Amino acid sequence: MSLDVEILARFQFALTIMFHYIFPPFSIGTGLLLVIMESLYVRTKNPVYEKMTRFWIKIFAANFSIGVATGIVMEFEFGTNWATYSRYVGDIFGSPLAAEGIFAFFLESGFLAILLFGWDKVSPRVHLFATCMVALGSIMSGFWIVVANSWMQTPTAFHIVGEGLNARAEITDFWGMVFNPSTVIRFTHTIVGAFIQGSFLVISVSAYYLLKEKHYEIARRSMRISLIVAFVASAFQPVLGHIHAQEVAEYQPAKLAAFEGHYETQKQAPLYIIGGTDPETKSTYGIKVPGMLSFLVGDDFDHEVKGLNEFPRDEWPNVSLVFQTYHAMVALGMYFIGITAIGIILIYLKKLATKKWLLKIFVISVIFPVLANQFGWISAEAGRQPWIVYGLLKTSDALSKSVAAEEVLISIIMFMIVYILLFFVWIYILNKEIKHGPEEVDLDQETDYYHRKERLGFFTRKD
Amino acid sequence: MDYQVAWYLIVGILLIGYAILDGFDLGVGILHLFSKTDHDRRIFLNSIGPVWDGNEVWLITAGGALFAAFPDVYATAFSGFYLPFQILLVALIFRAVALEFRSKEKMKWWRNTWDRAFAIASIIASLLFGIAIGNIVIGMKIGADKEFMGNFFSHLNGYSLLTGVFTVSLFMLHGAVYLMRKTEGELQNLVRKWAFRAFWIFIVFYFVVTAYTLYLKPQMVANFSFGMVQGDFDKHPLIIDNQYLISIVAWLVVILNFLAILNIHRNLVKKNELPAFISSALSIAALISLFALGIFPNLMISSIDPAYSLDIYNASSSLKTLKIMFFVALVGVPFVLSYTIAIYWVFRGKTKLGENSY
Repeated sequence: MSLDVEILARFQFALTIMFHYIFPPFSIGTGLLLVIMESLYVRTKNPVYEKMTRFWIKIFAANFSIGVATGIVMEFEFGTNWATYSRYVGDIFGSPLAAEGIFAFFLESGFLAILLFGWDKVSPRVHLFATCMVALGSIMSGFWIVVANSWMQTPTAFHIVGEGLNARAEITDFWGMVFNPSTVIRFTHTIVGAFIQGSFLVISVSAYYLLKEKHYEIARRSMRISLIVAFVASAFQPVLGHIHAQEVAEYQPAKLAAFEGHYETQKQAPLYIIGGTDPETKSTYGIKVPGMLSFLVGDDFDHEVKGLNEFPRDEWPNVSLVFQTYHAMVALGMYFIGITAIGIILIYLKKLATKKWLLKIFVISVIFPVLANQFGWISAEAGRQPWIVYGLLKTSDALSKSVAAEEVLISIIMFMIVYILLFFVWIYILNKEIKHGPEEVDLDQETDYYHRKERLGFFTRKD
Repeated sequence: MDYQVAWYLIVGILLIGYAILDGFDLGVGILHLFSKTDHDRRIFLNSIGPVWDGNEVWLITAGGALFAAFPDVYATAFSGFYLPFQILLVALIFRAVALEFRSKEKMKWWRNTWDRAFAIASIIASLLFGIAIGNIVIGMKIGADKEFMGNFFSHLNGYSLLTGVFTVSLFMLHGAVYLMRKTEGELQNLVRKWAFRAFWIFIVFYFVVTAYTLYLKPQMVANFSFGMVQGDFDKHPLIIDNQYLISIVAWLVVILNFLAILNIHRNLVKKNELPAFISSALSIAALISLFALGIFPNLMISSIDPAYSLDIYNASSSLKTLKIMFFVALVGVPFVLSYTIAIYWVFRGKTKLGENSY
């Protein structure tokens, strides 16, 4: 029996990155909301905002710690599974990862300590500063990792040095690498997606409290803040998506063609709302808007859009997968705009708390931005295939030569078990924190008493 | 001094920072196994609670720096140590999650399970770091194409297992000394008792490892032997040009390291918490520095042919990348140091349990 290292290594990367990417968008999104909430507290001195901030920090911490734990795996996975890739592009790709450590991770983790444990040790202003630094750190971390990934999508500012086995890409211009053609738009698109995911978590929990008629003051205010953030962010996404599509059309035309199952180069290329595609018969079906893809890409219905037929068959991505994930992401994006708009209108009419059906939808809606972010990344990454660095290095040439298929398989099984366990622990803890809810009264005295009892036990203990 | 040497130093400093800082986290984790009451365990966890996450960032940043400056080492080391490294990652995940979640429930089985996971993960992580260092000292089966040619079991040789256990004892002592500073009263006395035990275990392994290293690999002292010992590989011009200065300084470090180790014991007796911790930290720094000097200018030594070793020249990035990232480090490190110090200052003093504690 021979196992295929490439398939296993790709499966492992997909497993570890998709599981990891459940968490950072929550941290980035709720991070922004924490900054808003705590700023309101520092400005108004209203204790409701303090309780609110303290509660959401607990939720933030549960997400953050799993994000960090699963993120360490990613930092080293290029070396473990993709050693040839690491040798070939390390001169360029290593730099943003190192910069992420120096500029983002230290900032995040350092100030997180104050965020979680510093309430009684620093003034409210310093605590707010720490919150801002954690939020900034998580966004900067997003920036550097999107820089690294964007370079894989649209590689620039390098030249190839050496020949044969010793050939590798070397950098020619650092800022050219950092701000490669897709960095800015992909970073913005990703971060705004994270804002949506974080806000929907807060919306979901707040809706749950409103349904249960608990923690009314905190739930009402949290709902208002997060709905506004979610709406603004959702409304921005189509604009960003439009700019992004134009960038993809210019630099990764095969990917753009796969997004829409577009085979024949043509003017007045259609845009599919929903449908399917079959690369074997080169046919795409579904509900379409004629000419819309041409307009989206070229601001002109007669703009000519390159089809997949222009590329050799072995340089096509998995067209069906890319098509479906891309369309699912777009559809979910439309849903976010609609549902948050309805929510905001009802808040304005002061009727939200009585609309139980909408609150129920809000409770379950937290799952959708998670899916949308995952789908978006699947279409971006699967759409780049068979290239690991677009047009430069094939994924099949990037593996670790010294790693056997069995070893990859063992580590996949290990990570699967650990991640399934982690997932359930995470859900369990979140559920518990949410059921417990924010503190209504000051519990300081109570906890002191509790610890004194434990301490008494400690003093009488013999060992 | 060229940029390659500078980056060798930077990666070394990051690893020393990691070993000193996460070393006591791991040590506290190992000692966690011996504590009996829930209160003690919570004090232990909360003594590292605000800082462990930042400490682990030193490892992540060292990984990133290695990737940026020496991509071939990053590729060979992590694909070569494939399974040990995957196990290390799982151990680090368990540590993080156990710490975050163990106090969220009052059930005994819940807390005991996470406590054990935390302690075992800490032991495994320390052991694996030591095994990695041991393998680098005796050399790994690295071929002409810079790829590791051995398998999982070639990592588990006698010497590396010994350095692994030595690292466990080192971190256990370091953790106990750290806990001395963070605890008080009865609990501090208990920790002090452990610290003495850990000290003697550490001393035994320290001598055994030193003797075994000199027996197995006398070349480890070639770089600071006043030119008397010839190593497996050509010495770096910096070493040849300054061999007396480097040798004198290195032997001073050896002696000072020994004095620092004795000083840990002296301060444990006198209950001077901070000097004991500083001595322990300096000792870790000295051990890693001597190791780094011993293998310089190599990062990974090939046991097949010394010519296949990965050194700071055949494994480094282009000069342009090294220059740019040196500037990045120059800009970033002062920030990192300033808020790291600020955070340790905010959380100075004895650990107390409060409503935000784990």
